Amino acid sequence: MSNWLEIGNIEDIPKLGARVVKTVEGDVAVFRTANDEIFALRDQCPHKKGPLSQGIVHGKRVTCPMHNWVIELADGQAVAPDEGCAGVYKIMLEEGRILLSLKKNITEMRELP
Amino acid sequence: MKEKLVLIGNGMAGVRTLEELLKIAPDKYDITVFGAEPFGNYNRILLSPVLSGEKTLDDIMLNDLQWYQDNNITLHAGKWVTDINRARRTVSAEDGTVETYDRLLLSTGSSPFIIPVPGNHFEGVISFRDIHDVNAMLEASKTHKRAVVIGGGLLGLEAANGLMLQGMDVTVVHLMDTLMERQLDKPAAALLKQALEGRGLNFLMEAQTEAILGKERVSGIRFKDGLEIPADLIVMAVGIRPNTALAEKTGLYCERGVVVNDTMQTYDPRIYAIGECVQHREITYGLVAPLFEMAKVCANHLAHLGYSRYEGSVISTKLKVTGIDLFSAGDFHGDETTEDVVVKDAARGIYKKLVLKDNRIHGAVLYGDTIDGSWYFQLMRDGTNVSDFRDQLLFGQGHLGDSGHSGKNAASAMTDDMEVCGCNGVCKGDVVNAITQKGLFTLDDVRTHTKASSSCGSCTGLVEQILMSTLGNDYSEAPAKKPLCKCTDYSHEEVRRVIREQHLISIPDVMAYMEWGNADGCHVCRPALNYYLISTWPGEVEDDYQSRFINERVHANIQKDGTYSVIPRMWGGLTNPSELRAIADVADKFAIPTVKVTGGQRIDLLGVKKEDLPGVWKDLNKAGMVSGHAYGKSLRTVKTCVGSEWCRFGTQASMGMGIQLEKITWGSWTPHKFKMAVSGCPRNCAEATIKDFGVVAVDSGWELHVGGNGGVKVRATDLLCKVKTEQEVTEYCAAFLQLYREEGHYLERTAPWIERVGLSYIKKQVVEDKNNRKALHERFLKSQQYAQQDPWAERVDKGVDKHEFTPLKEGG
Repeated sequence: MSNWLEIGNIEDIPKLGARVVKTVEGDVAVFRTANDEIFALRDQCPHKKGPLSQGIVHGKRVTCPMHNWVIELADGQAVAPDEGCAGVYKIMLEEGRILLSLKKNITEMRELP
Repeated sequence: MKEKLVLIGNGMAGVRTLEELLKIAPDKYDITVFGAEPFGNYNRILLSPVLSGEKTLDDIMLNDLQWYQDNNITLHAGKWVTDINRARRTVSAEDGTVETYDRLLLSTGSSPFIIPVPGNHFEGVISFRDIHDVNAMLEASKTHKRAVVIGGGLLGLEAANGLMLQGMDVTVVHLMDTLMERQLDKPAAALLKQALEGRGLNFLMEAQTEAILGKERVSGIRFKDGLEIPADLIVMAVGIRPNTALAEKTGLYCERGVVVNDTMQTYDPRIYAIGECVQHREITYGLVAPLFEMAKVCANHLAHLGYSRYEGSVISTKLKVTGIDLFSAGDFHGDETTEDVVVKDAARGIYKKLVLKDNRIHGAVLYGDTIDGSWYFQLMRDGTNVSDFRDQLLFGQGHLGDSGHSGKNAASAMTDDMEVCGCNGVCKGDVVNAITQKGLFTLDDVRTHTKASSSCGSCTGLVEQILMSTLGNDYSEAPAKKPLCKCTDYSHEEVRRVIREQHLISIPDVMAYMEWGNADGCHVCRPALNYYLISTWPGEVEDDYQSRFINERVHANIQKDGTYSVIPRMWGGLTNPSELRAIADVADKFAIPTVKVTGGQRIDLLGVKKEDLPGVWKDLNKAGMVSGHAYGKSLRTVKTCVGSEWCRFGTQASMGMGIQLEKITWGSWTPHKFKMAVSGCPRNCAEATIKDFGVVAVDSGWELHVGGNGGVKVRATDLLCKVKTEQEVTEYCAAFLQLYREEGHYLERTAPWIERVGLSYIKKQVVEDKNNRKALHERFLKSQQYAQQDPWAERVDKGVDKHEFTPLKEGG
């Protein structure tokens, strides 16, 4: 429980935008939706590793800037018919502060290095 | 309590309606389906491949029993409905099953017409309609040798081809003197007959069946003229009749089919009918494409949305016989008011005929080379005036130098392992498999599933051909009206018009006013809406950066590894030692790995880290350079040759002209990228005739060329006009650019835009109507007041979008 990392404030990320957190495990993309929900994905599209943080955010999805794959923010899964998964990180909001957990405790993370 | 919806007829039309309904109103109804056959819904279009042995029933299932379960649909498979009680609103089946309904959907389909001749009940006399018929044919082909197919129409020929592939001797018997007389004219039918004879089919033309011979099983057939031929199997494929018996029994008004209105309702408004059993505006349909259009409308009405209407379908025809390319549409016979345009090359097996009336396509027959079928069909349905390109019409939409598919333009001649889409590495076999296994019907379906033709689009015609040859007659063309994206039903034009007429100035306003399907749209519509807003209301609308593609958000071009490329503007392609020194210094300072000269006469710095962008820009700004907009849907570059200042052939000062044009137009956002060039003489060293706007100097002034493209589809420009002065060049250029900005669809280059609206329209707006030209020019200059801010300087000096260039946090 002690591995929550404070990474900034929700206002640091534009609505329908994303920012990058640079970690020892690689870049993590942190997204903010129109309704101020926060999600974190590994910043690599399952297709050809495009940086998802640079994509267009719509609803609870992001479109990769490389080849327009659409990825679900909640579970990292590519929207059908495409198949693949970007890893998901646990993230939460506490009075506007964003807390990120880098612990690989989510099933989707297993196949990632 | 949910309302109860009952569907009678578990076929493609009815189930498609349910699918459409579940998409828009998943919880509205408790749904029950009656089907006479004991399985789910299969793809009847693909019966021919089942017959020819390329597929099995499992391969062509569209909705298996699981699908009904997953969607909470009660399926009474194998139960035959005998009664509808409209007063009590109940449906009863043969086995005693009774279901009540609030709304009822009839999709009872059609039955093959059986010729009333003696012996038509013998064993071995069948039709070609459902999987039972196919099984009967397959059985017969194992034990018997001689087959006769009555009917030389579409279905008959497909059946004959299938039986022949199963090893039978097949004779096609036809009442008329030409095959497929409803779809083909005589020359095309003759080529078809020749090709089929070459494959081993026999034909008996103008033969009227008098009797079928045999005892229990068929043994032969006799014609009116006394000729008798032996036969072990007779397939009747002479037409279909809508199944109206159930509807008639319950007192619904029927003529040839169950009569429905534009919302697919019968004379009892609680009862809808759809598919081959209906008659709509005097017409009955037997193809899948119109059925799907009906399904959409019917679902819309069932969901109580009620804004869409079915207004009938225009039909085109293709034959699903491997290796034979054939297409026809509309009135291809013509009359005294029409003109024929014809190409015939018997040696190459090619015949193309277009019937024109008032410079509009009224009908088409294509044999041997059908790649442009869907293009002609589109022009026909849209009623496009073809006078601007009539001289090129028969040569098709293809352009010189199409690249990316190895010059192939006949899908039927390709083997499964040949590459169709050079961008995404998709082979013909991949496309065919996706179509048959996933039940795809449209180009868009294929694009989403296989990615074929989804990038540069040069292989679109090939993919459509594969769709046609796989689905045959039932391939559904894209609807004439294309919605902007999946979030809306409105087209680009409609969205633009509403933005203008209702004076909408933000994306949420547009989405609310036009009832967008998704709260904040998608990656397709948001950039388009943003462009339409800023180009319609310059200075008034605030640019929505989150709706811009990353390149336009950070004013650099994203590369495959996530780094960026930076291209400073070099006016007219000119530079000088101090700029070059600054560029060299920047490359050293930021360790930029690649420095390259671009096709547009600029210098590209590749591999810049995102965090370094502001630093790179700052140094370039300091040396007097601004953003080259090499990343945007915007004015890109003006390429020039040296012209009369140095060149011994130059007739005008092309460099100076190019610089002027670039100074006026830089920074403007456009529907797609926009490139220019100025050549100093007709030798055209700046390659101006493949640019969006190209200027070629001649001794007496300047030729202005528009709509060129050097990319996937090489397209040479059209000559817009010739002018005398430099001032005129800039005015016409700005007016043309503004017209494109106001009327081009987002992501539509000038080449397809001009092909869509016609060169004469553009000439009228920009050349002939002087006041209009001045007004366009005026509006362009006004919008430039807001556009000509160097985005680099804004970010370097004013700290715009600072968050883009720094990580939220490092470490951890």
